[in-house]
Amino acid sequence: MEKPLTQHIKNDNTWLSLKDYEKTGGYQALRKALKLNPEDVTKEVKESGLKGRGGAGFSTGMKWGFVPLGEDVPTPKYFVVNGDEMEPGSFKDRLLLEGNPHQLLEGMIIGAYAIQAQFAYVFLRWAYHQAARAITRAIEEAYEAGYLGKNIAGSDFQLDASLHVSVGRYMCGEETGLLNALEGKRANPRSKPPFPGVSGLFGKPTVVNNVETLCNVPHIIANGAGWFKSLSKTDEGGTKIYGASGRVKKPGLWELPLGVSLREILQEHAGGMQDDFQFKGVLPGGGSTDFLTGDHMDVTMDYAGVGKAGSRLGTGTLIVLDDKTCPVGMVLNLERFFAQESCGWCTPCREGLPWTAKTLEAIENGKGEMKDLDILNFQTRYMSPGNTYCALAPGAMEPLQSALKYFKEDFEKHIHEHKCPWKKE
Amino acid sequence: MAKIIIDNKEYESDESKNLLEACLSLGLDLPYFCWHPELDSIGACRQCAVIKYKDEDDTKGKLVMACLEPVTDKVRISLEVDEAKQFRADNIEALMINHPHDCPVCDEGGECHLQDMTVMSGHNYRRYRFKKRTHTNQYLGPFINHEMNRCIQCYRCVRFYKDYAGGKDLDVFGAHDDIYFGRHEPGTLENEFSGNLVEICPTGVFTDKTLKKHYTRKWDLTNAPSVCHNCGLGCNIIASERYGGIRRILSRYNGDVNGYFLCDRGRFGYEYVNSKKRIQFPFKKQNNSLVQIEKKQAIQEIRKVAEGKKLIGIGSPKASLESNFLLRQWVGAKNFYAGIPETEGKLIQKVIEIVKSGKVNVPSLNEVKSYDAVFILGEDVTNTAPMLALNLRQAVRNTPKEQAAGLNIPVWNDAAVREVVQGNTGPFYIAAAQATKLDEVATQTYRAHPDDVARLGQAVAHAINPELPETDCSKEAGKLAESIAGALLDAKKPLIVAGTSLYSRAIIEAAANIAFALKEKEKDAGLFYVAPEVNSVGLFLISDKFLDQAFENVNQNDDAVLIVLENDLYRRTDKNSVDNFLQDYNDIIVLAYLENATTQHATYVLPAGTFAEADGTVINNEGRAQRFYQVHVPENDVESSWKWLQEIMPVGTAESTIHFENIVYNLVKTFPDLEGIQSVAPPADYRKGTQKIPREPHRYTGRTAMHTNINVSEPKPPEDTDSALSFTMEGYSGIPTAAITPFYWSPGWNSAQAINKYQIEVGGELHGGNSGVRLFDKKNSNIGYFKNITKTFSPQKGEWYALPLYHIFGSDELSAQSPAVNERLPKPYIALNNSDAWEAGVKEGDLLGIVLQGETLKLPVKLNTGLTKGTIGLPKGLKETVGTRFPFWITFKKIKDE
Repeated sequence: MEKPLTQHIKNDNTWLSLKDYEKTGGYQALRKALKLNPEDVTKEVKESGLKGRGGAGFSTGMKWGFVPLGEDVPTPKYFVVNGDEMEPGSFKDRLLLEGNPHQLLEGMIIGAYAIQAQFAYVFLRWAYHQAARAITRAIEEAYEAGYLGKNIAGSDFQLDASLHVSVGRYMCGEETGLLNALEGKRANPRSKPPFPGVSGLFGKPTVVNNVETLCNVPHIIANGAGWFKSLSKTDEGGTKIYGASGRVKKPGLWELPLGVSLREILQEHAGGMQDDFQFKGVLPGGGSTDFLTGDHMDVTMDYAGVGKAGSRLGTGTLIVLDDKTCPVGMVLNLERFFAQESCGWCTPCREGLPWTAKTLEAIENGKGEMKDLDILNFQTRYMSPGNTYCALAPGAMEPLQSALKYFKEDFEKHIHEHKCPWKKE
Repeated sequence: MAKIIIDNKEYESDESKNLLEACLSLGLDLPYFCWHPELDSIGACRQCAVIKYKDEDDTKGKLVMACLEPVTDKVRISLEVDEAKQFRADNIEALMINHPHDCPVCDEGGECHLQDMTVMSGHNYRRYRFKKRTHTNQYLGPFINHEMNRCIQCYRCVRFYKDYAGGKDLDVFGAHDDIYFGRHEPGTLENEFSGNLVEICPTGVFTDKTLKKHYTRKWDLTNAPSVCHNCGLGCNIIASERYGGIRRILSRYNGDVNGYFLCDRGRFGYEYVNSKKRIQFPFKKQNNSLVQIEKKQAIQEIRKVAEGKKLIGIGSPKASLESNFLLRQWVGAKNFYAGIPETEGKLIQKVIEIVKSGKVNVPSLNEVKSYDAVFILGEDVTNTAPMLALNLRQAVRNTPKEQAAGLNIPVWNDAAVREVVQGNTGPFYIAAAQATKLDEVATQTYRAHPDDVARLGQAVAHAINPELPETDCSKEAGKLAESIAGALLDAKKPLIVAGTSLYSRAIIEAAANIAFALKEKEKDAGLFYVAPEVNSVGLFLISDKFLDQAFENVNQNDDAVLIVLENDLYRRTDKNSVDNFLQDYNDIIVLAYLENATTQHATYVLPAGTFAEADGTVINNEGRAQRFYQVHVPENDVESSWKWLQEIMPVGTAESTIHFENIVYNLVKTFPDLEGIQSVAPPADYRKGTQKIPREPHRYTGRTAMHTNINVSEPKPPEDTDSALSFTMEGYSGIPTAAITPFYWSPGWNSAQAINKYQIEVGGELHGGNSGVRLFDKKNSNIGYFKNITKTFSPQKGEWYALPLYHIFGSDELSAQSPAVNERLPKPYIALNNSDAWEAGVKEGDLLGIVLQGETLKLPVKLNTGLTKGTIGLPKGLKETVGTRFPFWITFKKIKDE
């Protein structure tokens, strides 16, 4: 089983230096890409079927293709790495950032070449200190080795890059919120259209890609789109770093072919549930995805498969709910987070999420009323996709709406018993 | 035009609009908060949700925000389907969860957009059962009251204040459901347009603090369509009264003048009308003091005093055309003097000559926003014509905005357009005698003595048309002139701005030359002159004699009677000259609003009506004639000056009994150029059906109870025979023609945003056309270039050239006497540039002694890097500097610390 993304990551909490990375074939893909037309680089990535690994699952090649090329286009253009991993339960980008920063930089430089960008930024979550050190050092090394700056690897291509450490808001992970934050503005999202490919950072054409997404790029260029497609179990291409947290025996991260079953991840890689704990449900792709239950164990963990089951692949990091944890409490915890992280721009999210959290809090504390369930159901409709300015609130509604569906009795029990059944007296 | 289908009905709409604008323009009620016709769309509030269908077969559709969807041909939407209606009601419910529901004690109550939209959406029952979030309010200065708990986070305040008006001290703080709009710390809002927050805010967060001091509900106000009298732009206002006092000023939309907005001087500078210093009754000088007398007595005595005497009349740029004209008719043209010194009057005449020639387009104030390159010569517009500064701030974005158009971003998509534009401005050049506030958006600035500002202008004109005389300026100035000329020639619509404020004829001429030269190059050039006062242009259209000439014509036989109309001569020129002049007359009749230095010398003082108590016509800087109407009939003797003049004229004089409209008719007969003023507003006998237009809204309350403490029988309401307006609530309840629209109110639309219903298209022209008549549009006389080139300024040793520095709050006589504005007045100072100060051994705050009008003044030094070497600046029009005739040479002495 091939593990292109993680095969070289060491287990000793150190990262691959430039030298080590080059020994693994690092930067050969960049050299190869620089000999191609930018359009052909994009074409290769498009053909590989690579989809955004940050959660939305949009075709990476298509995104690059939106950026205008040629003489008469707005400049400078920007290429931005979204390293603001703040999705609850997600820690997959951290592994790549801390373990193999050059793999990311190489993907970023190839991407920048494909759209003919002049500047690249790595936008990093504030809490990722180790990653900040790794990226800072890697950028220095890349400059020294001529992979950044003028005449990259002997070509005419020029790119400057720097690290931007965020001050820390969930909204910075949304690509347009990220761009506003990078401009020094409030991290409010932007309305689309125009898309960043047309008007992005400082109003110039920009691509924003997730860390894991970009780490795939050097391998696609080096080995070809066909190779990449062959990696997955389904037709979506590539591997995916899956993760699991919660009361499983071996929580962690595993690079697996895209499209393995939920059962395989949980049973084989996460080692199954801890003794004395029963599986109750799982958020398959981070905090803003719908619950799946025991009935969904055979769902293939790719974009289409999870979608068909009524949830989203999201970041591919599972949050497992067990029978000894209160589902209302778990959803409350998530909704408090989302309410806190709302930027306050649009009405449904700004007002609806705190209302949701307060309602859940009342239920959890034994002060719920049956009509609160109507309110919660109302919120899931009110904040459904399209009704809000960005995807934050609709995402926040996913665990709630599925919890109301699968764990309805637990909600009702809280209300009838005027307490949380999981709480000890 | 596109065909659009709304709820299965077909309509036509403009493809450059979004669906919200389209719906509102079609008269449909679609609620909104964050959108504003002048601020455009951002999609934050989610209130204007509609269902949009993919095609004819689509039955489900998709919820979209109308403000973010372009009008496209055959687009099909529904406002009425349950899903859309329910979402809009739900959205109101959500944004009201933290609202205090304090309407009964809220100043916005009864004219609140949030109330209107809540009712419109159908939401009424509140399900939220938790604690509300609360905020601390801030002190924001004398103009604006802050009550953050009412906020629904529509972001319109910061979008207006920061993005539109260039303000720096209001922002959004916090996140999630704890969003706060305010200053970084309590303090006065510094921006000159802060008052618009009152109308921009859809609820009661930002309210008018001056109204709060004498609060009245909208429905209990008597209103009149009026024109701001606080500068020469003639912005349209709604003035409102109750119980004999003016309570507030709102912007009266005029798509040709001020659009939606007003400056703070215009909005808050009205309270002098209610001042204790108002002359409310006739006064007579007895034993050297003024004693109140009966109106009848005053009329009889004045008639007697004036009988058979030579009469000298002094007019005023603050008085209406009609009052000035009637005085002129009475005293005779040769005895009528514009109450303005020659230094200023000649400049106004020059401006009129150029504007009247029709050689280049003189844009309206609102049209200024459409220009894509600007060159300002001399004028500090933020302080001399504030609303012009606001519109120029929009104009400077036009060239950078083209980039957004190139990316197919619709003009109404404000956030996206601003993202592309970033902070880019230009081309925008400012040449001035000092640093000005607009410098922050300028491409390049040039600071010089007025003569050298003019020389730069002449150099620019020469660069455009080499046949014009060359100016030998510095290399730097020459290069600048070339680049300004280049930018103006590259533009589609270049605009030249100048004015009279620096007392420089050369500047006015240079500006004209540039505009003329651009026009010869077939540019759609505009020329905008700032005039000093509300009727400066009108006054000099009917008079050609200056105050100085009145002073020269000594009253030899001591028998002439002097009549001074709405003019404090001590503000016009130095005290000695006025003292000498007034000493010459035994009989001085002064028509005045407020006690002032001139009324002290009067033998009779008559209470003249301000804009609040008078009818009249004024002409603004572009030659636009506009009518203002009296708001109420005061219980004292205050009335229009032209009425007073009619009353004190000899009985039997033709003019003494004629109707207002006949004064206008006679005026036009004497001055055929002014023909247009007859069609400025509907005549007095105009009726909608059989009805007059009421000044009071239909929900006016308590009329029968207003005087019951005095008399239980209801007095007959006063009648207005001068106009088509009535003083009561009875009359036509629909939408009147713009010139006589006293307030905005429409079923379901109780707030100022009812204006949507008064416009043919939202943000566009009013029904019946925007009001006002441009008098000179048809003229096309051939006026030549001005060939004189001024000499360059040379600084003198030990002497400084004193320039007037203008202040939006302080330089204007009347607004400065309004308590709220008075709090914003600058302290007197003497401004020096740093190197002059260094050479003179003085620093910021040191006291300097100067002699002004024979009196020694001690003024603290204010360093002003923008002043040119050899010049000093003194604040124009403050109590300490009033009457100073700029410009002049001055010396100063450092006053030793005791």
